[in-house]
Amino acid sequence: MPLYQRLVPVIYILFLMLPIYWLLSMSFKTTNEILGGFSLFPQDFTLENYIEIFTDPTWYRGYLNSITYVLMNTVISITFALPAAYAFSRFRFLGDKHLFFWLLTNRMAPPAVFALPFFQLYAAIDLYDTHIAVALAHCLFNIPLAVWILEGFMSGVPKQLDEMAYIDGYSFPRFFVKIFMPAIASGIGVAAFFCFMYSWVEMLLSKTLTSVAAKSIAATMTRTASTAGYELGLLAAAGALTIIPGAIVIYFVRNYIAKGFSLGRV
Amino acid sequence: MSIELKNITKVVDGIIHIYPTNLHLRDKEFNVLLGATLSGKTTLLRLMAGLEKPSSGEVWFSGKNVTHVSVQHRNIAMVYQEFINYPNFSVFDNIASPLKVAGKTPDEIKQHVGEIAELLKLSKYLDRDVASLSGGQQQRIALARALVKQASLVLLDEPLANLDYKLREQLREELPRLFAESGSTVVYATSEPEEALMLSGHIATLYEGEIIQYGKTTDIYRRPANLASAKIFSHPPINITKVVKSKSRITLPGVADWPCPEVFQDHIDGEYILGIRPHHLSLKNLEQSEKHIRISGNVQLAEISGSASLIHLRINENDWISESGGIHPYSIGETINVYMNLDGCLYFDHDGKAIH
Repeated sequence: MPLYQRLVPVIYILFLMLPIYWLLSMSFKTTNEILGGFSLFPQDFTLENYIEIFTDPTWYRGYLNSITYVLMNTVISITFALPAAYAFSRFRFLGDKHLFFWLLTNRMAPPAVFALPFFQLYAAIDLYDTHIAVALAHCLFNIPLAVWILEGFMSGVPKQLDEMAYIDGYSFPRFFVKIFMPAIASGIGVAAFFCFMYSWVEMLLSKTLTSVAAKSIAATMTRTASTAGYELGLLAAAGALTIIPGAIVIYFVRNYIAKGFSLGRV
Repeated sequence: MSIELKNITKVVDGIIHIYPTNLHLRDKEFNVLLGATLSGKTTLLRLMAGLEKPSSGEVWFSGKNVTHVSVQHRNIAMVYQEFINYPNFSVFDNIASPLKVAGKTPDEIKQHVGEIAELLKLSKYLDRDVASLSGGQQQRIALARALVKQASLVLLDEPLANLDYKLREQLREELPRLFAESGSTVVYATSEPEEALMLSGHIATLYEGEIIQYGKTTDIYRRPANLASAKIFSHPPINITKVVKSKSRITLPGVADWPCPEVFQDHIDGEYILGIRPHHLSLKNLEQSEKHIRISGNVQLAEISGSASLIHLRINENDWISESGGIHPYSIGETINVYMNLDGCLYFDHDGKAIH
């Protein structure tokens, strides 16, 4: 392979990695060094920022809170999206196409639209500042997405598979759990990934619906900037840690992710 | 298990898929449903399976009304044209699946699956993934699953249509034997007349959602009840033309005339329809036999199918096909003689009803 052909991907990857590198490098610097001027490597290498995050409850609680509601949301979304997607993929009923499209329209409004009604509603029924509040709010966006992705994967499985299972004597629940879910396992993985990612990165609703007890990492990160002056090193470390869960989750579905972006349709 | 369809119909969105149909299949018999695509073969199978409910009428198994019994409780097996297997199971688990659901012990399952796998030459692949096998092997897995269940009714929906030639030939021979040994009643849907003949047993000919005729395969082949049945059960297509009967002679206008067969004698004179299968128009010189008459025609096309020649002829106003064994090259436009076997002539009246 000629040199320039090898060079192109190398440069491409370098450009892609640059912001992430910058974030990592900042997270190992002191705030003074960051503010002091340009440096490619940490001159005064420190783990102080990470130690602070893992020891200060206001920081690590943020992560725990976020992970809690994200997992709750993912489980709820998939649990409800599975039967819904099955119905859309296997049955014809009155208004099925309209209903299916309506689901997707839920994603068309910006979260800001729903922030106020959710806030008011949750405050009224004592759900404000709980994990489930955020998890439920995110369902508004994640269930439609999961239904669309799962429906695509399910429609790729011939209906005869269902029939054959019934002929063999499987009851519906047993067929669904033992045969159908494994058959669309990659779709479930992809849908779960998308729910996880959306819920993990979403900031507005999580910030609006929590204050102390269920405060998310996104809220913690953005608030710190205005309290004790600029703690840039700390923020960079928090940012670097925020990338990790996504990276772990995407590893499991890396082979199917493209199909997920096309909502399961080939 | 005997199967009875009592006056069943199937209407979907105002379109009639099955006209009122009655059918009685006896216990342990091999039955073929023969008809073109969209003639309703699959729908009939699905109605028997219980995958679809009839719009009216009843389905009876061994004298019991099972119209509202669910698929799970009908004790049937089915093989689809497309190779349908459980994608996330190994070959062994695929074949074992009906036994597992029925709650058989692991030892029993192992033994049964082993026997069936041996029979269908799948023993080598039991640990493999289904997706890694060829189409033929996948279909054999589906057949194995149908066999291992020892269901009282086995439904086969064009199971060999997507297989390659060699494998199809082989399985065609084996299937009736395999299922005869298992003691199941079999219903086999196909669109190929040759396949139907080879499988033998009983046959029901279907045309546009109606059962035209039901009976022993050989009887129906020799004596189709009407024109539709004769057309369905003939490959290459049966030659059809108008003939005139007057007194004791039958005339194919401008071509030939021959004595009227006895069964036909007491019908009134007039126009009738003659159907003659291509293999009853022979290229061999059989003039000596009084059962054959000579007809000359113009070669339009000569094609070779397997080890037989199909000669498309223009005879007076009719386009006919003659089928003979061996390879016979002819040039287009040539005038040749063919010999029509009078015993092979089928006569129908205006409504297409057979005379015999």
